[in-house]
Amino acid sequence: MEFPNECKYTKDHEWVRVEGGVVVVGITEFAQSELGDLVFVDLPPVGKTVAAHGTLCVVESTKAASDVYSPVAGTVAERNDALADDPGLINRTPYSDGWIVKLSGVSDAELAGLMSAEEYKKLVGK
Amino acid sequence: MKKTPLYDEHLRLGGKIVEFAGWQMPVQYSGVVAEHVAVRERVGLFDVSHMGEIWVTGPNAQEALEHMTCNNVSSLYDGKAHYSAILNDRGGVVDDIIIYRCSQERFLICVNASNADKDFEWLTKHNPTDAKIVNASAEYGQIAVQGPKAIELVTPLVSGADLSTLKYFHFVECEILGSPVIVARTGYTGEDGVEIFVKADKTADLWRLLLEHGAALGVLPCGLGARDSLRLEAALPLHGHELAEDITALESGLGWIVKFDKGDFIGKGALLKEKQAGLPKKLIGFHLDDAGIARQGDLVSTVDGTQIGVVASGTKTPTVNKALGMAFVETPYAALDTKLTFVVRGRNIAGHVVQLPFYKRSK
Repeated sequence: MEFPNECKYTKDHEWVRVEGGVVVVGITEFAQSELGDLVFVDLPPVGKTVAAHGTLCVVESTKAASDVYSPVAGTVAERNDALADDPGLINRTPYSDGWIVKLSGVSDAELAGLMSAEEYKKLVGK
Repeated sequence: MKKTPLYDEHLRLGGKIVEFAGWQMPVQYSGVVAEHVAVRERVGLFDVSHMGEIWVTGPNAQEALEHMTCNNVSSLYDGKAHYSAILNDRGGVVDDIIIYRCSQERFLICVNASNADKDFEWLTKHNPTDAKIVNASAEYGQIAVQGPKAIELVTPLVSGADLSTLKYFHFVECEILGSPVIVARTGYTGEDGVEIFVKADKTADLWRLLLEHGAALGVLPCGLGARDSLRLEAALPLHGHELAEDITALESGLGWIVKFDKGDFIGKGALLKEKQAGLPKKLIGFHLDDAGIARQGDLVSTVDGTQIGVVASGTKTPTVNKALGMAFVETPYAALDTKLTFVVRGRNIAGHVVQLPFYKRSK
């Protein structure tokens, strides 16, 4: 399984990547493989403020709905509306086209507290 | 936790194992969507060895089943099977079953995995005759071969029978790989196909044979995930969702297998009374009009917020590609096109009543 070095990770299996002043958030390859084929993503509205570990959105497979938690506190600056038509983007390309939201107003200190790819790899044993 | 004879095959194929009704079963191999599509377009294999098999035998076997199940057992003949149910005296569904008549004195019942022990005890306790009732679940494996290419896959492997002329809900006792099997033209997917009862210790050989011969037809091993999305599109009920002991067979839409004109049977009185009084609630099909998925247990209300029902099953399925499901609603709200509100994680989602099934194969 792939866990890009430029991302940071949470124990709840989300990844973040700093990109031009905002923080891109998605779920890891491990998370998508555990969830199975996704058929619906309930995206948060742009402008919503989220707390660290607060529910960011809900991803649903045919079998179940699962919460995705926000790795850090911030405000939803942009959301990936392509997921509405094709939630499978998360399964196929979890770190690129399968991104979920971009957060603004994120503190550097909070980002620094997240796991590195190496640490995350150890956590999931892959 | 119990393992079917195919457990090692599932691991070898990369199946993702989950607990289901006390069994370790594959929920998926390659992915629910790919497996679902394989069954709709080509052919898929399912391990259904966790299902229970109960034999009812002896000169009074038919009389015993007539009393303890609601469909008309006397309409069966050798090689014919039918869908039926074991009811309690309130008309609730103890289990939904298939009864196979092998001979006048030999009937096989296939029951749900989660209910197998309960059913066996129930049948033993309520047997009004000296018919012999044997729980043979551990002796059998079972493989479902489902999809438009299922018959093409299985026919050449069978000796002693021609599957191409086997009719729906008929079965033959024949041989595969020199071992006795029962091949029934039944299934739980809405597609053509067969379900094969095989000796437990021959199940893995049969599974590998089907995978090998099916490769050219595009066969995929399929898990419980695809089984559920396929049966839901076909509006086939699942015990614990659409069927339960505290919901009557009529409310669950099983009226077509409740034969009031046959003699007395357990549950008949209660159902007759309910039929005459009118059903308080009904099972309906729904589509959601807004984004979201309503699942089992989500509440259903009228558009002005009065609670009138609950979702039995719901998901977004691959072939129909819509958020859909089945729900119990109070009878006045069961008419086609009635607008309903579904409460999903505290949010109201609009939907409406639709005709069942959601998917019907072209013949």
